[in-house]
Amino acid sequence: MELYSQTISELRDLLDRKEVSVKEVVNSIYQRIDRVEEKIKAFVTITEDKALEMAEEAQKKLNSMEAQNSKSLLGIPIAIKDNMCTKGIRTTCSSKILYNFIPPYESTVTSRLIEHGYVLIGKTNLDEFAMGSSTENSGFHVTRNPWDLERAPGGSSGGSAAAVASDECIAALGSDTGGSIRQPASLCGVVGLKPTYGRVSRYGLVAFASSLDQIGPITKNVRDAAILMNIISGHDPFDSTSVPLPVPDFTAVLGRNIKGMKIGIPREYFIEGMDKEVEISVKDAIRKLESLGAIPVEVSLPHTGYAVATYYVLATSEASSNLARYDGVKYGLRAEGKNLLDIYMNTRAQGFGSEVKRRIMLGTYALSSGYYEAYYRKAQQVRTLIKKDFEDAFTFVDIIVTPTSPTAAFKIGEKTADPLQMYLSDIFTISVNLAGVPGISLPCGFTSNNLPIGLQLIGKHFDEESILKVAYAYEQSTDWHKRRPNL
Amino acid sequence: MKDVDSINVLKYEAVIGLEVHAQMLTDTKIFCGCSTKFGSEPNTQTCPVCLGMPGVLPVLNKKTLEFTIKTGLATNCKISSFSRFARKNYFYPDLPKGYQISQYELPICEYGYVEIVVNGETKKIGITRIHMEEDAGKNIHESASGGGGNYSFVDLNRAGVPLMEIVSEPDIRSPEEAVEYMKKLRTILRYLGVCDGNMEQGSLRCDANVSVRLAGQKEFGVKTEVKNLNSFKFVGKAIEYEIRRQIKVLEDGGKVIQETRLWDSERGITESMRTKEEAHDYRYFPEPDLVPIVVDQRWLDERRASLPELPDIKRKRFVSEYGLPEYDADLLTSEKSTAEFFEEAVKQGAHPKNTSNWIMIEGFKYEKEHGIAIHETPLKPIHLVSLSKLVETAVVSGTMAKSIIFEVMDTGKPPEEIVKEKGFIQISDTSEIEKAVDDVIAKHPKEFERFRAGEEKLIGFFVGQVMKMTKGKANPQMVNDLLKKKLF
Repeated sequence: MELYSQTISELRDLLDRKEVSVKEVVNSIYQRIDRVEEKIKAFVTITEDKALEMAEEAQKKLNSMEAQNSKSLLGIPIAIKDNMCTKGIRTTCSSKILYNFIPPYESTVTSRLIEHGYVLIGKTNLDEFAMGSSTENSGFHVTRNPWDLERAPGGSSGGSAAAVASDECIAALGSDTGGSIRQPASLCGVVGLKPTYGRVSRYGLVAFASSLDQIGPITKNVRDAAILMNIISGHDPFDSTSVPLPVPDFTAVLGRNIKGMKIGIPREYFIEGMDKEVEISVKDAIRKLESLGAIPVEVSLPHTGYAVATYYVLATSEASSNLARYDGVKYGLRAEGKNLLDIYMNTRAQGFGSEVKRRIMLGTYALSSGYYEAYYRKAQQVRTLIKKDFEDAFTFVDIIVTPTSPTAAFKIGEKTADPLQMYLSDIFTISVNLAGVPGISLPCGFTSNNLPIGLQLIGKHFDEESILKVAYAYEQSTDWHKRRPNL
Repeated sequence: MKDVDSINVLKYEAVIGLEVHAQMLTDTKIFCGCSTKFGSEPNTQTCPVCLGMPGVLPVLNKKTLEFTIKTGLATNCKISSFSRFARKNYFYPDLPKGYQISQYELPICEYGYVEIVVNGETKKIGITRIHMEEDAGKNIHESASGGGGNYSFVDLNRAGVPLMEIVSEPDIRSPEEAVEYMKKLRTILRYLGVCDGNMEQGSLRCDANVSVRLAGQKEFGVKTEVKNLNSFKFVGKAIEYEIRRQIKVLEDGGKVIQETRLWDSERGITESMRTKEEAHDYRYFPEPDLVPIVVDQRWLDERRASLPELPDIKRKRFVSEYGLPEYDADLLTSEKSTAEFFEEAVKQGAHPKNTSNWIMIEGFKYEKEHGIAIHETPLKPIHLVSLSKLVETAVVSGTMAKSIIFEVMDTGKPPEEIVKEKGFIQISDTSEIEKAVDDVIAKHPKEFERFRAGEEKLIGFFVGQVMKMTKGKANPQMVNDLLKKKLF
């Protein structure tokens, strides 16, 4: 077994028993990157020098402490989506407008990883400013799905998901505004968890839609997701929307019995138009959970049909404001211009890609005087109804089970001409962000083309434990997560 | 075109509302830990948050909430139990995020009022709302400052400094009322210690919404917003100008255009800045990075209980408790420290009306000349007690007391000592005064003739001459009496 193909918990064991050194682990990763990155193109920036420094530091700490005291990430190579600020390391959001932006501060999540001794492997590609479902909207390059290089890895955290799936890192962080962790995890055959809104600090995450964005882990298995959740969760005084609730040990629930747990099957999610192979795999997964003692219950989330429209009003409205700061005045790209207005317009015309521009225009329109009531306010009202749908359903069930995405990975270029078609790729994940509840995607099968299919488990607010518990039980009773792409 | 002076302006009534921005006296900015100190090197009081770096988030400085709520309570506002921030979106280099965090729907304070006194009449001016927001930075235009370059500098030290915006109802009817309202707000803010009220440094700023209508008309006229009013004087002058300008437009058969106008203090006029069509659409929406503000009732009750005695109440108390005229009470209570100094002296035994006069006349004069308020000089309340006794026992005259006050403010010497040193003892010996009166009459026979012939105002001249001769020591009442005796 190669070191690069290990999980966090496996490597922890090897490192603590001094069977391998951090340097060996890190070198193994970079050898892997050397071999496959050209095909995958998961990274925007590879930070090898920094990684070797961090590895040395981690090794020193490891040498000086008892194995049982070692921190869970000491010496573990992790990739970070390039929309989380890393002090002194270029952070681009895969946008030309930030092509040269080097943050003067560290995001809260990466600060926590640093405290736990992680090794930063590189910054991964994304749809520009996390706006997209295929990573094709990157301002730099397209990332490919490790299972089929002709296909997209999903998005927007496509770089992180592809890097994990192709063993270019041990684990990664992504961000999820409408499905951007779960959908690429599904399309790349890995595990991706979007925590409850407010569980993880957003400080240092470059905002797309502030009321929806949440950082979460993308990993090779459920246990690793729980390990990362233990580290990144918790209140942050720098993020008022992070909630001051105690953080449980998420690994403690792994392996617990799921007998008697009620799992809700929303009837609105199993509809015409869903890929047959996806439907079959998800239904098989539900039967598997039933065989493990869970009780399937049909539930209704009646406002599901409005979720995509609601999302595209609210997310774009917030984005139109969040992206106003990229004006060429303080950092990033500055285009020439005759006067101030010219500089603004040229900078933004040259710096932003077409999807970002489309969303800024949509959002600006929705917030404009005379349209606000019909769009923004109405969407907020519908959002409340969608949230209530989940609250109502959760009075009957412990978790809700759905497909993560209506299809497996699609071809690169297949949906770029039709933004609406692309938006529908997130139809099963978007409501979760609107409601603020946690969701996890994990592999539940493969198509006849050998493309991974994802199962989504949705939990109550701040009950990541239940979805981790069920996900782990399912994972342990199946072999899907052990499959690796041929590269 | 009509000459504005020939127009009967009384036909018209002005309707005025003020939007006042008050910089809060907090040590740190509203959404980050940077210092709010004025006058530091450009961009030295900044951090990723107030620079609007990608990925940063605001965290509310609780002190600003407390200050705003205190102001709301002091202006009789209803404090919202649920309030939220909003983003006001517009592009400008001094606005690093491309939006200002402010409040829009659901401000923290609403439906208040303050009382002002104009021409002896008390009037309530309604407060529509008070909300919190962040200040922007400052652009320094190299071309405008004579540097010759066609570029500008941006200083973000001020970006994120906490402001309160206090919006009045259109209850104000004259420039005088506007100035009184501003003064009253300033007094309240200073009493609360939430704003230093310094208009020159910009910590208190004012925009005025002005319209005119025919007296008796119910509907409002078209309003203009006048900006850049950075002193009480300019508030009055700019509004006065704008009212006359609008009246003239109407009298000439024109229509007032809804627009924003800028006060040019050097030329004493307002000029169009942008019309309604050019106005920004700020696209306000709730700030998703900050959680709504929920005010706890008990916390609010504690704040209410801990409010200082406010100027209006103090003023009324000074009238009833110390028998001061309304005018004195108003002036003394316009600064909390002055009121406290007055009250301390009186409590220790100083004569209320004399003390009031000394503070308002000699004290204010001294402050105007030296820039130091009476309570900041070496003069202590106990000195005013001694001086009151010296006057009451007729040891010194009122005139002497005045010169003694100045000396105490300069040196801090007790009045008794000054009296001894300078021989400031009033002459109350009739024969001595009579001699001086006779001398003066002898020197000015013509004036005395006119005086006798009934030119009564000449008595002042003779009193003055006697005082001069006695170096101010003669008891003025006795001089008066003696002069009148000589007359008949």
